[in-house]
Amino acid sequence: MNKKQLDIKRLINISKSIRLNVLDMVNKGNSSHIASVFSMIEILVILYEYVLKFKPSDPNWNERDRLILSKGHAGAGIYAILAEYHFFDKKMLNSHYQDGSLLSGHVSHIGIPGVEISTGSLGHGLSIGCGMALAAKTNNQSHRVYVILSDGECNEGSVWESIMFANHHGLNNLTVIIDRNKLQSIKNTEDTLKLEPFDKKWKSFGWNVININGHDYQEIFDSLNNKNELNSSPLCIIANTIKGKGVSFMENNILWHYRSPQNKEYDEAKKELLNER
Amino acid sequence: MRDSFVESLIDIAKKDFNIVLLTADLGFGVFEKFEEKYKDQYFNVGVAEQNMTGVAVGMALEGKKVFTYSIANFPTLRCLEQIRNDACYHNANITIISSGGGFSYGPLGMSHHATEDLSILRSLPNTTITTPCTELDVKMLTKELSKISNVCYLRLDKSYCKETQSNFTFGKAYRFRDGKDFTLAACGGVLEEAILAADLLKKDSINVRVSGFHSIKPLDKKEIFDSSENTGGLITIEENNILGGFGSAVSEVCMIEGKIPRKFQMMGLNDEFSSIVGSQKYLRKHYKLDAASIVKKVKSLLN
Repeated sequence: MNKKQLDIKRLINISKSIRLNVLDMVNKGNSSHIASVFSMIEILVILYEYVLKFKPSDPNWNERDRLILSKGHAGAGIYAILAEYHFFDKKMLNSHYQDGSLLSGHVSHIGIPGVEISTGSLGHGLSIGCGMALAAKTNNQSHRVYVILSDGECNEGSVWESIMFANHHGLNNLTVIIDRNKLQSIKNTEDTLKLEPFDKKWKSFGWNVININGHDYQEIFDSLNNKNELNSSPLCIIANTIKGKGVSFMENNILWHYRSPQNKEYDEAKKELLNER
Repeated sequence: MRDSFVESLIDIAKKDFNIVLLTADLGFGVFEKFEEKYKDQYFNVGVAEQNMTGVAVGMALEGKKVFTYSIANFPTLRCLEQIRNDACYHNANITIISSGGGFSYGPLGMSHHATEDLSILRSLPNTTITTPCTELDVKMLTKELSKISNVCYLRLDKSYCKETQSNFTFGKAYRFRDGKDFTLAACGGVLEEAILAADLLKKDSINVRVSGFHSIKPLDKKEIFDSSENTGGLITIEENNILGGFGSAVSEVCMIEGKIPRKFQMMGLNDEFSSIVGSQKYLRKHYKLDAASIVKKVKSLLN
């Protein structure tokens, strides 16, 4: 395993910047799902800072790694990180959720450089990822395909269709990262439709499974740098996260799946994020 | 029609290694030859149409020309949202094949009667919707659709019109009979009933035009407007709900362009499910889409 020395200070700063941008976008747009975005920020930052191959000047570069955000409701996070890594001007983020904007609440690729796939209806992304990974294999291409799923999304039957497919075809160039924040729209996942024993389910479907703390930069980095190519199975990283991570009153609070921080809540959230170590 | 499709696809795949055929576990005794020749271009994805469509989109966005295959409503309605959000919105180069349009699987019952697919798929943006009437249509459409980069639908019928046309132009209706008294416009295999009806009417000195439409999107407006202007009226015939399908498409363009036929009727399923079973022939008769019913309809409209 590659024991790379991570620049933690820089990673914290990028995460902070993205959370602040997302807070502003969600506040201005009066939009939802801020907590679903905040739970996966560290994952996004490691992906873009250390893992993914990409060229902001050539978003469709053939050798890029493909990243599909299957949990499309966290689109604000993708927009913010793409702006952070210079795919487009950060000013564009101001239009999120506004009349006439291309930056929809659920991630959309049209007119937004760097977005691989539009999603928003859950349970679609992994099938597309499987198709991309299979095509990469038949084309003898070496890029990887990454798909970020929400845990609630795994209620969808189509996800399990694609889990079987990926294993059957030995798609070891495919990595799934599950944002296991344990809360879905109305209740926690286990009270809604039991997922546990979640890792055993994936393992029994033939996947290579790694459980990590989804906010620990080193653990995220190490899991993504797992030499999965030596394995014949696709890789599933179950990233245990905290929904609403970074703002104390949003953390693990179901309210923030839909609620938009306004006025005092916005000010307090901003203060907390700015003071983050 | 299914065998003609496979033969044509084998021909195309010979010259193009980007052709990929996905089947959701149907096509026993049909795809073996394709699989044998092009092992790396053929995948049976299992009974999982949603995943099949998503996989097709992923492969298409990586440069493949993907055909998805299943029967009746499975490759269409079962995975409609994957078609809409993933295939159409990303303008993916995929062709959806449903083997068994309309009453093709008549004895199998309502679940296997594809009688709304045309209406529903036609309403999706970035689509080409085709309804081959003859074996030649199937062969030519398989080639044509592999070249069209948006989402295509090829509705294969078990029945087909045995009479064939001397030429094929994509998107153009073919006139199988000429006559001024009325026009019968049909899409898919049910064209054979329209031709039969025209020949019966001729015995009573009623001369009707019969136009076969292998495509409902794009629609050959020229042929429709010509029928409106130069014949006594127009009847559309389809093995599909009359709401939103071929007849609707024809009436829409006539109204919009102000080329109103003197008389107009749509023959198809009258917004109902086909709850009884039987052969395709039997069900056409029961739901009044057979030649005798068409003859009756023309005569009643002429009186």
